[in-house]
Amino acid sequence: MPLPKLSPRTREATIWALYAMGLIPGLWGFYQGATGQIPGDPVRIFEHMLGLWALRFLCLGLAVTPLRELAGVNLIAYRRALGLLAFYYVLAHFTVYLTLDRGLMFSTILADIVKRPYITLGMAGLVMLIPLAFTSNRWSIRRLGSDWNRLHKLVYPILIVAVLHYALSLKVVTGEPAFYLLVTALLLGYRLVRPRLLEARRRLRQASR
Amino acid sequence: MSAYRPPRIPSSEITPKGTYLNRRSFMAAAGGAALLPALPALAEKLTVKPGPYGTTEPQTPKDTVTSYNNFYEFGTNKGDPASNSAKFKPRPWTLEVGGMVAKPQTFDLDKLIADIPLEERIYRMRCVEAWSMVIPWDGFPLAALLDKVEPLGSAKYVAFETVVRPEEMPGQKGYFQPMPWPYVEGLRLDEARHPLTLLAVGLYGETLKNPNGAPIRLVVPWKYGFKGIKSIVKITLTDKQPPNSWNTLQANEYGFYANVNPEVDHPRWSQATERRIGGGSFFGGSEQRPTLPFNGYADEVASLYAGMDLRKFY
Ligand code: HEM
Repeated sequence: MPLPKLSPRTREATIWALYAMGLIPGLWGFYQGATGQIPGDPVRIFEHMLGLWALRFLCLGLAVTPLRELAGVNLIAYRRALGLLAFYYVLAHFTVYLTLDRGLMFSTILADIVKRPYITLGMAGLVMLIPLAFTSNRWSIRRLGSDWNRLHKLVYPILIVAVLHYALSLKVVTGEPAFYLLVTALLLGYRLVRPRLLEARRRLRQASR
Repeated sequence: MSAYRPPRIPSSEITPKGTYLNRRSFMAAAGGAALLPALPALAEKLTVKPGPYGTTEPQTPKDTVTSYNNFYEFGTNKGDPASNSAKFKPRPWTLEVGGMVAKPQTFDLDKLIADIPLEERIYRMRCVEAWSMVIPWDGFPLAALLDKVEPLGSAKYVAFETVVRPEEMPGQKGYFQPMPWPYVEGLRLDEARHPLTLLAVGLYGETLKNPNGAPIRLVVPWKYGFKGIKSIVKITLTDKQPPNSWNTLQANEYGFYANVNPEVDHPRWSQATERRIGGGSFFGGSEQRPTLPFNGYADEVASLYAGMDLRKFY
């Protein structure tokens, strides 16, 4: 299923549109929370929403390669935007945690990060995302060469700590976290079988030549 | 430590009950699920006299109390009980009280309410998830009901059971069920007889709504909220410590006693502070506040646990 060919200018525009659309849920949630329109525990609800969108963008970014190789849909042009959106949401999620949730009570925040496994895992995810975000530009890719690829393999442990962080923050694992655990298993499982899959394809192509 | 800061929102600014109804439009952008509770219309006024143990802390707006609940029989999200409970029929209702008692009986709930005078009790409610509310309950002390059935000298504990109605409670059917049903809870007899321990049949002067455990639920304000079993159909006096659902599910995280205790953390999160859910406009005006031992009821109940290691019996 090949996608329509876009001119570079149009493709650029669709990338910016992705950024804009991707940020809408967070901005909308903030607006709703700030104007008292989220019933119940608005801080928790907003914090959770940001965490979930971070996880969604992480998963979408990791789905680009299997989509290209298995379905022939090439969205590589959008991968950087997906990754950066994930990073922005994690940053916002962390900021809400520091401010609205913990009220900048740094003594309890530090204790949380050290003592609570799920917070430690989330923090590890954020820390690992930072170098990826800073090298998500053309200049870094050129500069780092094959090191860039190696560095960006960090996204796999990031996804692992992120879903574990999610599952451990809950009283019981219900349908939604189970879904993300499954998606994570599929996305990472694909990376395990991928070398063999590509090798088999290559041989098939040679044989038919 | 200067951890505690008083709420920024004066109580005069707490949203009065009712005015929230038009604010329910928050489209949970998180998943597209709209938090649009379909509350059943039946909310009857109750005749209630003020009871003891009041608090002057600002009360959580009624609309928040009825739309933000943990009641897994209707689903595991906080908005599920309000959205998914419209089919639940809290009347007619009977409550069976038996076990080690001289006079086992099955009570018709409306007759029971007519028979025992109702009191308003404004209690703090502290959830094990580290949030809290202040709720004006209407009900009667559990002790008043126990007196009617005359517990035997051999009875040491009280066991409670929630109704099972998969047809009316969507959380009780389908593939993904978080726990076995019925939901069960238990108290030691002296805890059950404590004057703070309430069977609530209403809040804010009206009969309980479905998300809050209609038509009758337990309220034990010095314990975490999960002890407050909802929609009770059966109460049994026994001589053995009865099972309680969360303890059965994860014994290392949830104990039988579940007394609110800032010193004993949940294995995965701190219990030292809590967020009071209020009615302010900017993100609910909610703030972290320190959690108090026994949820602030230590003077009344600490003696029940004299000599017990509360780290062990959490
Ligand atoms: C890769 C980075 C991260 C991702 C993808 C992520 C994602 C999530 C998700 C999906 C949830 C659950 C939402 C729900 O229950 O609906 C969550 C909850 C949470 N996260 Fe994160 N998170 C990350 C990093 C962090 C960091 C760095 C912190 C703070 C140090 C943090 C603090 C929290 C807290 C406090 C909760 C709420 C737990 C509760 O309700 O008690 N997260 N996160």
